[in-house]
Amino acid sequence: MMNDAFDLRLAESHIEVHKFRSGAIVAATFLALLLQVFVPAYVPKFAVLDLPLLVTIYFGLSRRNPSTGLLLGMVIGLLQDSLSGPTVPLGLYGIAKTIIGYLASSIGARLDTEHPAARFALTMIFFVVHQGFITLTRRMLLAEPAPWFTLRLLIAAAVNAVVAVMLFALLDRMRKS
Amino acid sequence: MAGIPSRHRSLVLLTGVILLQVVLLAVQIKRDSQGRLLRVWTVGAVSPFQRAGARGIGDIRGTWNHYFALQNTSRDNEELRRENDGLKLQVNQLQSKAAEADRLAALLNFRQSQRNVPMLAARVIGTSADTASQTVYLDRGERDGIRRNMGVITPDGVVGKVVESYRDTAQVLLLTDRDSGVGAMLSDSRIQSPVGGTGEPLLSMKYIPTDETVNMGEHVVTSGMDRIFPRDLPVGVVAEIKTGRPFQQVRVRPAANLQRLEEVIVLLTLHPLEQKKEPAGAAPPAESSGKGLGGTAAAVNP
Repeated sequence: MMNDAFDLRLAESHIEVHKFRSGAIVAATFLALLLQVFVPAYVPKFAVLDLPLLVTIYFGLSRRNPSTGLLLGMVIGLLQDSLSGPTVPLGLYGIAKTIIGYLASSIGARLDTEHPAARFALTMIFFVVHQGFITLTRRMLLAEPAPWFTLRLLIAAAVNAVVAVMLFALLDRMRKS
Repeated sequence: MAGIPSRHRSLVLLTGVILLQVVLLAVQIKRDSQGRLLRVWTVGAVSPFQRAGARGIGDIRGTWNHYFALQNTSRDNEELRRENDGLKLQVNQLQSKAAEADRLAALLNFRQSQRNVPMLAARVIGTSADTASQTVYLDRGERDGIRRNMGVITPDGVVGKVVESYRDTAQVLLLTDRDSGVGAMLSDSRIQSPVGGTGEPLLSMKYIPTDETVNMGEHVVTSGMDRIFPRDLPVGVVAEIKTGRPFQQVRVRPAANLQRLEEVIVLLTLHPLEQKKEPAGAAPPAESSGKGLGGTAAAVNP
């Protein structure tokens, strides 16, 4: 019922819902998490990237279903929490990525997000919002001091957005034609 | 979900999922439980790939350095010769510095006194997935005898402690993490104060009274008060001093290069390490040319 209404709305706005080859989402998620914990050991500056977030945004924007978007965000976030060590409680990234998954798929259902400029702008916004929710969770729920906004955050958002444009183009190849 | 209008269903699901995770967070804080099962599964799934990747990078580096990068060998030789001359000069200067000699003696003493402490060399195979948390994964775990709260060092100095040990992997909390801390003291004045991480490259020495004198470049060593590290291991050097009341704000640059860790040494003991007193005037043994903990590193298990 929900999907019918959803598809109807999409049909009216001529926005296409993309499907992916089987295992593509699992493979992309696993690879993003693996690279996130592996590469910074050799290239410390790589830590500025949040590949699991980029994957969440991409599949959210492409699948355009808020329910699957938020559930995928939750799973990716919880896995990232698991790999972050005991100092990061399970749920910190889970909550932030759940919200980003929901927002990305909701916006993807209303706007055409295929253009690189749109992808760049959206990733920058989502990155800042994601960090905002992490800061909020740290301050409100964990009582940890965390800055709301820094220049570093802005630079990181821009770097992630540039990488997202290239990564999304790569991930487009995994779509079913 | 049946009675909820379809356009609101995803919003209800979002609220439910977030509330569930907030409860999960609250439970972890209240019970200090770490959701170990999920972590064990996730780390277990990812670590074989990290290990294989680390081995692959080592092989590629080795092949490149030994076969393809030989074209500059002659120029490198010249540079190394020049560098060697410079280093010889530097060694002479260093040998004349009493403070440096003291530090080396302390390290040598550590090696002598901790002969019975089993140590294990381990390779760093990954970092934390959270950019704000400063942890690394090692390629050794419970099977190799690594347990939580064991100290981790390099020949340059203290690295951190083991916070989680899985079957084949262990996670080390670096000194630079906000939750990290080590019992330390200034090497000249012997004033004790814990040194903690700030989440940034510099550490913070928190409780140095304003009326005490601290010098830039002064060495900071372990005090042994944390019962994890023995006394007199290098922690870092004073890099920044700001006045404050009642304590000075002293920033310390870590002695070990925590940004680029490749191999570390795990102290395989949970018993408090004690520093044995070295008899006054005892001559250093012949192999003392291996400076600092380098000698210790050579003595660890392969």
